[in-house]
Amino acid sequence: MIDELAEKEKKERKPVEKEPKNEPRSDSRKIEVAHHEPDASVKKVKMKAEGVCAWFGTKQALFDVNIDINEKAVTAIIGPSGCGKSTLIRCFNRMHETVPGSRFAGDIFLEENSIFDPRMDPVAVRRRVGMVFQKPTPFPTLSIYDNVAVGLRLNGTRDKKTLDEVVEKSLRKAALWEEVKDSLQKAGAALSGGQQQRLCIARSLAVELEVLLMDEPCSALDPISTSKVEELIHELRQNYTIIIVTHNMQQAARVSQKTAFMLNGKLIEYDSTEKVFTNPANKLTEDYITGRFG
Amino acid sequence: MVNYQTYRRWTDRTMVFLCGTAAFLAGIPLVSLLLYVLVQGFRRLDWTFLTSLPTPVGVSGGGMANAILGTITLVLIASCVGLPIGIFAGIYLSEYGKKNRFAWMVRFTADVLSGVPSIVTGIVAYTLIVKPMHNFSALAGGVALGFMMIPITTRTTEELVKMVPHSIREASWALGISQWRTILSIVVRTAKNGILTGVLLSIARIAGETAPLLFTAFNNQFWPKGINEPTASLTVQVFTYAISPFKDWQDQAWTGALVLLLLVLSINLSAKFFFKNSRSLLR
Repeated sequence: MIDELAEKEKKERKPVEKEPKNEPRSDSRKIEVAHHEPDASVKKVKMKAEGVCAWFGTKQALFDVNIDINEKAVTAIIGPSGCGKSTLIRCFNRMHETVPGSRFAGDIFLEENSIFDPRMDPVAVRRRVGMVFQKPTPFPTLSIYDNVAVGLRLNGTRDKKTLDEVVEKSLRKAALWEEVKDSLQKAGAALSGGQQQRLCIARSLAVELEVLLMDEPCSALDPISTSKVEELIHELRQNYTIIIVTHNMQQAARVSQKTAFMLNGKLIEYDSTEKVFTNPANKLTEDYITGRFG
Repeated sequence: MVNYQTYRRWTDRTMVFLCGTAAFLAGIPLVSLLLYVLVQGFRRLDWTFLTSLPTPVGVSGGGMANAILGTITLVLIASCVGLPIGIFAGIYLSEYGKKNRFAWMVRFTADVLSGVPSIVTGIVAYTLIVKPMHNFSALAGGVALGFMMIPITTRTTEELVKMVPHSIREASWALGISQWRTILSIVVRTAKNGILTGVLLSIARIAGETAPLLFTAFNNQFWPKGINEPTASLTVQVFTYAISPFKDWQDQAWTGALVLLLLVLSINLSAKFFFKNSRSLLR
């Protein structure tokens, strides 16, 4: 139904598009877009979803989603609650299938290989495609050091020197090293919420991470911690591919190069962030971004 | 209006008074029991009692050293039998047995087993071990107590492992940590103090059992030579001395009871300590 609606909207909008497009829209909530490198199109595709459908029991959560994720760029997924954005990124590291009664159809590729290939171990996929959750989830009984080292340790790395190096490097990359270097043996749960979230990011970076999925990573944080995590996302973009789900449209506009808008389990629009926020092709996207619903 | 408020105030007072009285009455048996055992048992509580063997009637001195050692031995054997089975079964029920029929059966059996009178467990251990081996032994007593530990540990472990938030498991999977590693190194580790609490409480529970030991571990007046021999235990020794007609033995029974009480109390207190820690970690 939404598809039909979207089609209809497109047709209705066609004649309008002939008019000069450059005049600024009179939005009540204009969102500023950071000007990143405009040539996002020349980037390599890191992950690719083809015809992804997902179910929880009998309820279908995703309908035929096709999306290309650029390498070393930030892709934001926005949309109202329950639109399936979290479900989508949980398919990207095969976390969706851990929910009892869930089903999946379609295919997702990490570079050339399907992550659903029977020869692919979901555990190995998750080592390359990490995830940071909405609520910071440091392991409560482990120290800061162990929280970061645990991924490597439980996969067989025992060498103390290697672990020390990886822990420091990961904490530095997560912009947490300076704050915790003197208290590495303290409990991870004793840190503040924002620090805990950066600890979780550091923990993901410590394994052989290539893609980082972030499921509303700032929604439980205060504004200062949020800006720190956003700065961190800018840093990480140099080396990692990031997909971030967010409720906060300003955040999507600030941190991402490409933005996908989802509604009721369907991908409505996917384009460069600048295009989506200043001149969306779809009426539904415009309505959402200007705050007419959601 | 005024009347209604007065009525409410008086109802309130009456209820507080009734509940307070009930609480006070409930405390009386506990406090009097503790005091009585303390007063009666303290008379003979000295170093000799803790370190020497029982003496024949009429000979002064003597103690329950072998029974104390026996109780410790029995608890250790019981722990070797009951804890591994109980803990791993609990982990299975919590992590793999959410809805399947087998898990439902195990859970049901455990609940029934923990309600089985302990003398029945004793008969089972008698049939399984004492009869084929043709003698009473610490082994048989320990196994009987171990059987009693299994359902308790299973259920407490299950509940405590379930208390670990699901987000912790997801976070571990998202790091590319395999399922069994997640369970053993992350989930069980998080629930560690809670599980330890359950273990201590089940030990405290079986340390005070008498019935299953009467015809398994039996009794012994000397130092045991091994676990394949009849063994004294505090509970059985207290029972034997308490029903004897000799004043000295009866006094010793009180002291034995006091030692047992202190043992169980200290286990309970350390369990409380661990549980407090585990709760604060799960926040």
